[in-house]
Amino acid sequence: MKILVAVKRVVDPYVKVRVKADGTGVEKQNVKMSMNPFDEIAMEQAIRLLEQKIATEVIAVTIGSDASQETLRQALALGANRAILVKTDNDLCSLNIAKILQKIAVDEQPDLILMGKQAIDGDNNQTPQMLAALLNWPQATFISELNIDGRSIKTTREIDGGLETLEMTLPAVISVDLRLNEPRYASLPNIMKAKSKPLSVLDLETLGLDLKKHIEILAVTAPPTRSGGIKVDSVEELLKKLKEEAKVL
Amino acid sequence: MSTLVIVEHDNQQMHAATRNTFAAALQLDKNPVLLVVGYDCQKVAQQAAAMAGVHAVWLVDNPCYAHQLAENVSELVVSMASSFSAILAPASTFGKNLLPRVAAKLDVTQVSDVSRIIDHNSFEHPIYAGNAIETVRVLDPIKVLTIRTTAFDAINETQSPCSIDQIDKPIEEKNTHFIKHELSRSERPDLSSAKIVVSGGRGLQSAEKFKLIEELADALGAAVGASRAAVDAGFVPNDFQVGQTGKVVAPALYIAVGISGAIQHLAGMKDSKVIVAINKDAEAPIFQIATYGLVGDLFELIPKMIKQIKEN
Repeated sequence: MKILVAVKRVVDPYVKVRVKADGTGVEKQNVKMSMNPFDEIAMEQAIRLLEQKIATEVIAVTIGSDASQETLRQALALGANRAILVKTDNDLCSLNIAKILQKIAVDEQPDLILMGKQAIDGDNNQTPQMLAALLNWPQATFISELNIDGRSIKTTREIDGGLETLEMTLPAVISVDLRLNEPRYASLPNIMKAKSKPLSVLDLETLGLDLKKHIEILAVTAPPTRSGGIKVDSVEELLKKLKEEAKVL
Repeated sequence: MSTLVIVEHDNQQMHAATRNTFAAALQLDKNPVLLVVGYDCQKVAQQAAAMAGVHAVWLVDNPCYAHQLAENVSELVVSMASSFSAILAPASTFGKNLLPRVAAKLDVTQVSDVSRIIDHNSFEHPIYAGNAIETVRVLDPIKVLTIRTTAFDAINETQSPCSIDQIDKPIEEKNTHFIKHELSRSERPDLSSAKIVVSGGRGLQSAEKFKLIEELADALGAAVGASRAAVDAGFVPNDFQVGQTGKVVAPALYIAVGISGAIQHLAGMKDSKVIVAINKDAEAPIFQIATYGLVGDLFELIPKMIKQIKEN
């Protein structure tokens, strides 16, 4: 089975982002970047399937500028067999990202596409569902458990009220949640090995896709700041404040 | 501007999130259509029809929609889409699962977690775990939006029910099958819409000791939440998680106990009206946003608090 894993380079989750003064976005100059944490989990799942001999090949794919090659090298160091960068310097909306991934999926014919449930920058939680729609494949979103039996998969999803289990046939698109697994770290020898693994770079323009503009970003602003209040000394004082000052009890 | 609101429900009960989503829809359209898709869900359609301001409810009741799979429900919604210029659902796991699939089939974009409607084309929504607010203009003819329910006041008033239009349009899904649900049962208020939320974090140390949070919540009639650390450590199920990747809450009172206040947790609760932090680490980031902070050992403070609440 061939697995495609889509990964994204994002601002590191532990960085406190700053909104640019001109309202065009957040500051990304000299800011630490990493692989989107949800994508690390998707990659880990693919590698485990490779180790269990359920998968025969794992391909990491990303869309972005040349700097995204770093993210792909990380995927290769974790165990992906090869990687594809669709190169573009433009910021694309989820639908256009999904259309590019659809094209890669049609060319590569994977049996399974694994993705993070959301990227921690845009927080959209859209691309996997959109990709499944475009391919007309079943979707399992926000999964925390995955069992594969031939062409059939059984998967547990994290939903608002608890958990839901679905069964579907391959090919399918799956988006992973935090509790699916604990991603490994790449070892130094694997990082060295990853340097010689194949990484192909495709120019977005050469893919022959007709990507429309669907959305215009008018402004990015900082949210209203919330400052700390006061410290109280005792439970009595706290309850008194909640009752008499804040009037929430 | 005609607007379709997809009603979230479990075939028995309309989910509270629909009340907030309908409030958002009213900002776009005086007369939104509410769509109830499910099986044996007439009751839900009646609840929708009795919500103040509702003029039109469409009911599609068929066994093929019993589990509201994104695969066939999206096909159904797409088949109806041509008469609408906006399609809304709550930004819950239900809405997030369904609407991007609808949008892609319509070849339009989707805006997630809309927190403010500026006009028929422009919307605000939080990005970067709520550390930035993005204003977008949608250029597509149909706006597909998931609504951040805590940003819109729920319509709780009732009216004498409007009429319900039954539509018969089954779409069978062959490749995806529902196997089971394992739902957390609770007598407590629903986390997303509770007035008071008491959340516990890693500081609770064990599932056993986490019961202290539940006791405090019960004393206050509050819902119980948790940080990711508490969920990962197995103190509580995942659907208790508050944060960027869990639920977003904005209660009148949020009490964070033994929670340090990581960016990802703050994303889910920093719009609460009053925030109380109880933590033994005076330097914990949670104190930077807490209205009232109490530094000390939660295992001493919380039982004291429960006792005093019960005495009053």
